[in-house]
Amino acid sequence: MAQDLKKPEGGPAMRRSAFRRSRGDTPFRFVSTGAGIVLLAIMAAIAVFLIAKAVPALQANKANFLTYFDWTPNATVPMFGIAVLAFGTVVSSFIALVIATPIAIGVALFISHYAPRRLASTLGYVVDLLAAVPSVVYGLWGFTFLVPLMVPPSKFLNTYFGWIPLFGGDSVVGRSMLTASLVLAIMILPIIAAISREVFLQAPKTLEEAAYALGATRWEMIRMAVLPFGRPGVISAAMLGLGRAMGETIAVALIFPITFNISFQILSPNGNSIAANIANGFGEANAIGRGALIASGLVLFLITLLVNSMARLIIARRKEYARAAA
Amino acid sequence: MAKQIEVAELDAYYGSHKAIEGITMTVEPRSVTAFIGPSGCGKSTFLRTLNRMHEVIPGATVQGKVRLEDQDLYGPDVDPVSVRRTIGMVFQRPNPFPTMSIFDNVAAGLRLNGRFSKSELNGVVEESLKGANLWNEVKDRLHKPGSGLSGGQQQRLCIARAIAVRPQVLLMDEPCSALDPISTLAIEDLISKLKTEYTIVIVTHNMQQAARVSDRTAFFNLAAQGQPGKLIEMAETSKIFTNPTEKATEDYITGRFG
Repeated sequence: MAQDLKKPEGGPAMRRSAFRRSRGDTPFRFVSTGAGIVLLAIMAAIAVFLIAKAVPALQANKANFLTYFDWTPNATVPMFGIAVLAFGTVVSSFIALVIATPIAIGVALFISHYAPRRLASTLGYVVDLLAAVPSVVYGLWGFTFLVPLMVPPSKFLNTYFGWIPLFGGDSVVGRSMLTASLVLAIMILPIIAAISREVFLQAPKTLEEAAYALGATRWEMIRMAVLPFGRPGVISAAMLGLGRAMGETIAVALIFPITFNISFQILSPNGNSIAANIANGFGEANAIGRGALIASGLVLFLITLLVNSMARLIIARRKEYARAAA
Repeated sequence: MAKQIEVAELDAYYGSHKAIEGITMTVEPRSVTAFIGPSGCGKSTFLRTLNRMHEVIPGATVQGKVRLEDQDLYGPDVDPVSVRRTIGMVFQRPNPFPTMSIFDNVAAGLRLNGRFSKSELNGVVEESLKGANLWNEVKDRLHKPGSGLSGGQQQRLCIARAIAVRPQVLLMDEPCSALDPISTLAIEDLISKLKTEYTIVIVTHNMQQAARVSDRTAFFNLAAQGQPGKLIEMAETSKIFTNPTEKATEDYITGRFG
């Protein structure tokens, strides 16, 4: 090689191949670096846009953005606060998570450790399919089917468990926080189940056999070997589901009664969320109104960013754990 | 504690593939029986049929009889879970539960069997760790994770975990193949000690090890790749290694094949 380089008359073919390699290399490096930069630029542009549009509205706001309970940015004296919307977003998503996670773990364990192989793959496919249903379809289904369906059980809960503040309240309706949370739960179930299933399938066979050899039943084996191994993965799956529930717009916009008060009575006609409020209000908003909605979008962006970073953090910790175990 | 195992005309399958065929043997109590043979001859598969671990693998089935003294292990009303509580197992790679402490690893099997008081658990854990020659090395860090131990210590921890539930029989599937010579020696010493109380069956690729630790040796072989493995010969270890009856056994132990 070195000899060839010293004698340039030695072979044009050799030199051409050397050139060709760098000819392919440099553009590839530019394209991939460029793609990375474009991504960062888009993120920065979004952030700059959100802040630039939000700041004038926030300056025009005559109420405290963090504590005010109503949303009238289009009035001559614009007043709006994020409190109710952030509360609705966080509470509805959290209830959805509480409902969805145990079911998702059950589904994932059934697919990974209980179902016969053929049934497991069919079921896994169905779970993935569930994730592919557009959210507006979930919203329409929830509004036309689930809302009337939820009235009798809500009344039952209110009558017999009304002493629990969560189920209390004087009027009980279908378009409630509980119904919206239920639709959200169904929507985030597939992602939690799919990730949990992957994690459970990765549980080391040697640990499963160790448990079986001690005389563990299948459930005991799962408790000894599979769940401890999968726990960090399930937590991060739940976090990703939470992030999705918080950002969900159209399904909850169709179901929430859109009120502006904070109430833990999840059967009463209360409820709103940042995303639903944007979807419902953007059309008829004036300049300040749009700025106000964008400010609320910025808050949602920050909340989901926080949730997702927490999920990343837990996944990273799990990697360290896996390395230590290997 | 120790019981005799009798096996008659045992076949084991993975799906439709027959892995071992027509194995008949008696494993004596309070002694070490070694299984030797080339890779793929079914000795590990056979070992796993003895405590019904074979059927944990999807599609794996067994035909034939295995008796532990007067009990048919494959009887229609026998729960495989209870078989595995009676016949313990140690695996090729040390596999302590990584999220559990050393103490919890040893106590894991007991906790499956029911409620024990703190002092009972303490007693059994100490006794089992002493039984596995590990107590002195870990007594100051019982509540540290078991994954922090060396490979040989982890394997002895797995032995302690297996004997904590007082099994009748201890099956060992190449317990030293992932260990260095010093750790191997520690395990072999332990096997010699344990055989006064347990029936021990050990699968090994190391013929010196079989000669050192076992009282009786069984040689397995297969006619060709894809054919089921069979028991060729079983006798006193000294006889197998000095004066085997079968030509194949002699070829294998003298290193002419395998």
